[in-house]
Amino acid sequence: MMDGTAFARNPMLSVHDLTITIGPNGKRIVDTLTFDLASGDMMALVGESGSGKTMAARAVLGLLPQPLVTAPESRILFKGDDLTRIEPKAMRKVRGADIGMVFQEPMVSLNPAVTIGEQMAEGLRLHHKLGKAEIRDRSLAMLERIRIKEPTKCLAAYPHEFSGGMRQRIMLASVMLLKPRLLIADEPTTALDTLVQRDVLDLMVELTQANGTAVLLISHDLGMVSHYIPNVVVMSEGKAIESGSSSDVLRAPKHEYTRRLLDALPQRSAGGSRGGDCGKPVVEVKDVVIDYPGRNRLFSKTEAKRAVHGVDLTVRRGETLALVGASGSGKTTLGRAIVGLVKPTSGEIAFPGAEAHRPMDQRARRREMQIVFQDPYSSLDPRQRIVDIITEPLKLDKSMNGAERERRVEQVFAEVGLSPDFRRRFPHQLSGGQRQRVAIARAIVGRPAFVVADEPVSALDMTVQKQILLLIRELQARHGFACLFVSHDLGAVEQVADRIAVMQDGRIVEIGERDDVIDRPQHPYTRQLLEAAMLIDRRFAENDPPKQATAL
Amino acid sequence: MIATALEQSRLKFNAVFGITVTTLLIATAVIGPWLVGYDPLKLDLPARLAGPSARHLLGADEFGRDILSRLVNGARTSAWIAFATVLFALITGTALGVAAGFLRGWTDRILMMINDAFLAFPGLLLALGIMAVIGASRDGIVLALGLAYMPIVVRVVRAAVLSIREREYVEASRVMGNSEFITMARHVLPNCLAPIIVLATTMFGWVILSESALSFLGLGVPPPAPSWGSMLSTARPYISQAPHLIVLPGLCISITLLGVNMLGDAVRDWLDPKL
Repeated sequence: MMDGTAFARNPMLSVHDLTITIGPNGKRIVDTLTFDLASGDMMALVGESGSGKTMAARAVLGLLPQPLVTAPESRILFKGDDLTRIEPKAMRKVRGADIGMVFQEPMVSLNPAVTIGEQMAEGLRLHHKLGKAEIRDRSLAMLERIRIKEPTKCLAAYPHEFSGGMRQRIMLASVMLLKPRLLIADEPTTALDTLVQRDVLDLMVELTQANGTAVLLISHDLGMVSHYIPNVVVMSEGKAIESGSSSDVLRAPKHEYTRRLLDALPQRSAGGSRGGDCGKPVVEVKDVVIDYPGRNRLFSKTEAKRAVHGVDLTVRRGETLALVGASGSGKTTLGRAIVGLVKPTSGEIAFPGAEAHRPMDQRARRREMQIVFQDPYSSLDPRQRIVDIITEPLKLDKSMNGAERERRVEQVFAEVGLSPDFRRRFPHQLSGGQRQRVAIARAIVGRPAFVVADEPVSALDMTVQKQILLLIRELQARHGFACLFVSHDLGAVEQVADRIAVMQDGRIVEIGERDDVIDRPQHPYTRQLLEAAMLIDRRFAENDPPKQATAL
Repeated sequence: MIATALEQSRLKFNAVFGITVTTLLIATAVIGPWLVGYDPLKLDLPARLAGPSARHLLGADEFGRDILSRLVNGARTSAWIAFATVLFALITGTALGVAAGFLRGWTDRILMMINDAFLAFPGLLLALGIMAVIGASRDGIVLALGLAYMPIVVRVVRAAVLSIREREYVEASRVMGNSEFITMARHVLPNCLAPIIVLATTMFGWVILSESALSFLGLGVPPPAPSWGSMLSTARPYISQAPHLIVLPGLCISITLLGVNMLGDAVRDWLDPKL
């Protein structure tokens, strides 16, 4: 049933029997995928990582990585040309000018060494013969349009000066500056927070609609897709297993796999929160202020930025305190300050439980606190084997001998659900979810009293997110460490937190028991955050039995 | 499938060729002169510019000295100078580059200021200056060329360190409680290896050529001692009469460079867990 609603109109992009293999006769990554996209329309390819959705989209641009090739019977017709057979030189004219692409990771898709203005100008210079002044005018107009404060300054700024959401908007702006006919967006908001996610998607829809650009969105998040994109193709293991209008697919999923994707959407953990007074305070943050110092440049001075404005916070033994806020709210900075990666400008961070035991020097103290980073792709040393990564923290504990270490590592492998087969592997041989398990194993192997989890699931697929969240909760139940769960995603937070603190612009605006904060938010900002998350949730409420009955 | 098979055999060819050439070079440098058993300085004037013969297997040069013997003895000089210089530049350059890149702040600023001043001179000119001060000798060449090439190593290493030090696994190491030194040695430096190895093998070639340039300017290995570079430069006037005088040392240099570069590539790939 590969009808698809887009067949009707004269399609601008027509992908027919697209098959991608590893080498000429190798394994099929994408298997006879067929879809049409009419000009100005929007369509989504949905699936977990490894389903081939990204490679299918890359094939359209002729950007397949090395050993992958399209099979000879594949056809990708774009405005009448078959892109699988086009000359490389002609293909370069299509890229950027006719088909634009936005990548998943705004942190790495902009060149860190080149100013924003230069990067925006690059495409314009390449595809349209424009003067310097004209390029600058167009870039400025575009930046204004995407509501960037002080666009003139932005042109001269470097990517690192912007948050992920801002970077993704800039990326989108520089792609749309060329007015392409088709925009391929590969998980453009996966790495962003809920509020920003909506912003970027709204912006994407606004810009593409205004220009009549068609959108091919690649995502693992069915909820988000259904809200923005009318047509969807669900992919699993390279095959399109279900396609049609988003509301049909959501309300009456025909395929087992689609149902599984829907099941992975966040739900509140059963049993409610475990109560706020379950233990003694492990971490006490008192009136902490953190400034990022300004930099003196040759001709200008960037002003110091206050990331955290006097925050008080207590994390108790065995509880999970979720720190929620948009990016730039200072939540990550605070988390990093607690583990000692950032020095607070003023205020005090105390560890009452730990300090009672022994006078602790800086390093021993650090062993009691660990952190799990957001991106499991950059938080593991690519040159270390998994077993070495997990053993490393134990090497600092001089009281342990080799055999004890070995036993503890084995135990941790089992605790985080990693097969011992992974011991001798390197990080790049693991999937994102497996890597995050390794990162968690490294954090808990030394039995710390306190773990900061900095957005540990936001780089992962929905189904994997759920597994990791369950794992964190289970480990905590077993070891009783305190956890500061930093996240933008109220959906994830709902599943693990006992208490929630909402942070905005460096201040905590609301703090309380999980159910109180989510069900009875006091602060308008909390409500706003909830709305952004709920909007996605509500669409799954449509999945309730009565509606499903009508669909059937 | 075919592509991967080719890829693998190419890698293996790299390694085999590189290891063979490098081993041969070292063997020649160590035991070659003893094997050839012919004095590289002995003059045989009747055989001036002669081609290969039973007496002189690869012919004789403008003073009738045996070319084979000179090449083999030259290998000792050239290889030693190249290895020692590259090693010297690498060790000092890596130490300074890592210090600058990892410590940042004033250390970085001062080191880079000095380094940039060094870089402002062309390498050869700098080496000439140093040679003029310390006099022409084999160790003098090593020191001069080593100092001349060090600033490039510092730059490359610092750039690599700067990009690696911001990775989260480096922060994870700090959070673990590792000292800065261990963090640097265990997580930063190994991840900077690829550019360092490539630079080292490329530098090997530059050094051999620079040594010949120094010889040409009369500041290299003092004559009559043979080195490939000096053989190349002294043979220049006879290029039309006796081309083998220039072709043979030239071949030696090219094959050595090719071998060392391939070895470098092989080592780099071998150290990369992703391959």
